[in-house]
Amino acid sequence: MKVTLKVWRQKNAKTPGEFKTYPANHVSPDMSFLEMLDVVNQELILKGEEPIAFDHDCREGICGMCSLMINGIAHGKKAVTTCQLHMRSFNDGDTITIEPWRAKPFPILKDLVVDRTSFDRIIQAGGFISASTGSAPDGNSIPVAKPDADKAMDAAACIGCAACVAACPNGSAMLFTAAKVTHLGFLPQGQTERHQRAVNMIAVHDAEGFGNCTNIGECSAVCPKEISLDTISRLNRDIVVAALKGIEPNVETAAAKAS
Amino acid sequence: MSETKNETTTRTGVRQIEFVKGLESGASGGPIEQRWDTHRFQMKLVNPANRRRYSVIVVGSGLAGGAAAATLGEQGYNVKCFCYQDSPRRAHSIAAQGGINAAKNYRNDGDSIYRLFYDTVKGGDFRARESNVYRLAQVSVNIIDQCVAQGVPFAREYGGYLDNRSFGGAQVSRTFYARGQTGQQLLLGAYQALERQIAAGAVKMFPRNEMLDVVVIDGYARGIITRDMVTGKIERHVADAVVLATGGYGNVFYLSTNAKGCNTTAIWRAHRRGAFFGNPCFTQIHPTCIPVTGDHQSKLTLMSESLRNDGRIWVPKKVGETRDPRQIPENERYYYLEERYPSFGNLVPRDVASRNAKQVCDEGRGVGPGGLGVYLDFSDSIKRLGKAKIVERYGNLFDMYAQITGENPYETPMRIYPAIHYTMGGLWVDYNLMSTIPGLFVAGEANFSDHGANRLGASALMQGLADGYFVLPYTIANFLAGIKPGGVDTNHAAFVEAEAEVNGRVKKFLSINGKRTVDDFHRELGKMMWDECGMARNEAGLKKALQRIPEIREEFWQNVRVPGESNDLNQELEKAGRVADFLELGELMCIDALQRSESCGGHFREESQTADGEALRDDENFSYVSAWEYTGTLSKPELHKEPLAFEYVKPSQRSYK
Repeated sequence: MKVTLKVWRQKNAKTPGEFKTYPANHVSPDMSFLEMLDVVNQELILKGEEPIAFDHDCREGICGMCSLMINGIAHGKKAVTTCQLHMRSFNDGDTITIEPWRAKPFPILKDLVVDRTSFDRIIQAGGFISASTGSAPDGNSIPVAKPDADKAMDAAACIGCAACVAACPNGSAMLFTAAKVTHLGFLPQGQTERHQRAVNMIAVHDAEGFGNCTNIGECSAVCPKEISLDTISRLNRDIVVAALKGIEPNVETAAAKAS
Repeated sequence: MSETKNETTTRTGVRQIEFVKGLESGASGGPIEQRWDTHRFQMKLVNPANRRRYSVIVVGSGLAGGAAAATLGEQGYNVKCFCYQDSPRRAHSIAAQGGINAAKNYRNDGDSIYRLFYDTVKGGDFRARESNVYRLAQVSVNIIDQCVAQGVPFAREYGGYLDNRSFGGAQVSRTFYARGQTGQQLLLGAYQALERQIAAGAVKMFPRNEMLDVVVIDGYARGIITRDMVTGKIERHVADAVVLATGGYGNVFYLSTNAKGCNTTAIWRAHRRGAFFGNPCFTQIHPTCIPVTGDHQSKLTLMSESLRNDGRIWVPKKVGETRDPRQIPENERYYYLEERYPSFGNLVPRDVASRNAKQVCDEGRGVGPGGLGVYLDFSDSIKRLGKAKIVERYGNLFDMYAQITGENPYETPMRIYPAIHYTMGGLWVDYNLMSTIPGLFVAGEANFSDHGANRLGASALMQGLADGYFVLPYTIANFLAGIKPGGVDTNHAAFVEAEAEVNGRVKKFLSINGKRTVDDFHRELGKMMWDECGMARNEAGLKKALQRIPEIREEFWQNVRVPGESNDLNQELEKAGRVADFLELGELMCIDALQRSESCGGHFREESQTADGEALRDDENFSYVSAWEYTGTLSKPELHKEPLAFEYVKPSQRSYK
């Protein structure tokens, strides 16, 4: 099959970008979307042009490195990552528009590659259980009810790809943040730091420039791991309880550190 | 190796080769149950107040690297951690599906540390070090405890206790798991511990940074040269010790289940600086992957081998069969594993399952595009257990298969074929996980490891975390206690020289401007490696590869085209450096495979097989680790042998009949 690509090209964060059009004339329906881009890139290199830069790594839907806004949909289709999207989902002759994730906290580094280190900083604010190596009791001394373990796992499945942010009209990372808060909050090990964790992670979320949640639900609709909006309700509940308990954020944001 | 470090409190300047006479592991003697405890007590410690004066570089942020960086940070050392991905959370440990072994014996079904040790030595086909494997089995129990405390959401039973399953043909249930995403959850545990240390200022993280050389000063590893993959800036980093936890080199075959970025550069550059390479030809081929569909294929996807618990593997009896599999009657199907191995059937170890698939395809019975596939059929299980049960057990795997192939595996048999999955070989390390370059430690899949010639399922996660959480923090302290911190800076001539070499290579790649792409060369190398140094190897094929690989390499350096600039995000330039190193490593793998004329584990030499086609070991002549030294000439590495003694598990012929 043949398709036409309209691709966002941008040299670096400082240079303005633009759409460029490329034909993809040797497409097999069995190719993944990224393999189709590989083929286009090989042709560009041999023609003496710069290949299209895009992030990818495991190509089996788990590392969260691949991104791409495809025809306006994060990862191109419901509940997959771009690497698991295949060309059989398109028709011969289609024109496909490819853009990077667009959100203020994700500066474009080149073409379709963005900087998502703001996600790491949200985790640094409290997305962990403080259990230094060697301090653990026997694994079975902490029973976890199966339904709780299952719900924790549902939320822990987040791959940190940031499709939720790209899809959200507010550029909010609430689903990402809530997934971690929910994962750890469902486990007995996570209770000690539960409310401090929630307020700290949200403080950094806001300071990084992510918008707030207005219950639109685009995030969950495009999430490759189908993380539920319920996680955001849980996050909000943890924040309310923290407020009632008088727990304030005690984390230094990157902006505060810099100033 | 361990006795070298006691005598000196300053760096001696002795060439590292003098340290490794005889290549000894340095494990303590005595009863195997006590060796690690004895060794731990004998090792020196660094006073907590002094730890911040020592700096450690950790390259790689997967299970081994992430766990080591986090733990060393917790202990108070100054840690710098590097990864090529945009976040340490993306290291390829994340893709492991099945589970992690631990000798907890929560099932009361006869497991013990000794049994896990025994199974691992035997599974490795008697090419691993007993002392190391025993230690691995010992600390396996601590790993589970640690991960639970971190909040890893392991599967639970209704009573709230940890669930276990049997995995990879083990006769006890010792595998802990988190759905089909165990690697992801363990990695996120280590990642979160690491981020906690980054927030605390104990670890400085360098994502999108690739290590391109190791700097050796007076015989000691004292730092690394990196490239910032966004700005292209080449940088020097100095430390008192360096840890390489950079994973395996399966991508030398181009197509593998590894992530696209997985590469050998860190360990290969260290090898060129004096670190011996252990058992480079020991590679593992996973039997249940989705077959190749065409030349555009960029990677292979693994399906958990738990599928073999309920799926039956078969090919048509008739060569060149073209009928739909559902139209082929029972008596025209060849259930080759069930027929050849009646007691283990479809659950034979990975190497045996893979080789048999290759054999039936070589006979012309293969199915799917190019005849490179066999059926994995669930229709009997669906009849016996009902579709609902199969959905519950394997739903996500079936969905993944349907997504990739566009076929419905509930209706028609899956097609599977073996793929390169793991490399048991890696840099040679002693019992302290230190390479032949003092101060250079190697952990996880990057070292030649505890798996011998074949790794058992659910053991890779165990080894990565054992090295990172529970071995390196002790052995690095012991090393650091024997040296003074600091003493050199990045203006040292060795740093200047190493940086100049790296810059020279970058410039060279960009100046060739040839006619073939990096991928094109990589694909050619990969096909050669798969054909001649893959599932079955023979002298003629290996010699052919040894002639051809240097030719490909030479053409690469004359005719590769790397577009773009050096001071920019340039993915082709990144790939060029990695493929250049694969082109050198591939030759060493073939040299090693040729030299080891026995078969063992994943290394199958056609010349060495039993009457019924099983791998035939030659313990008299090959009961050693092959540790190769770089001599300056790629085709003439020098072989050093570390003899393997089996005091506890007596070598026997593996049999799965």
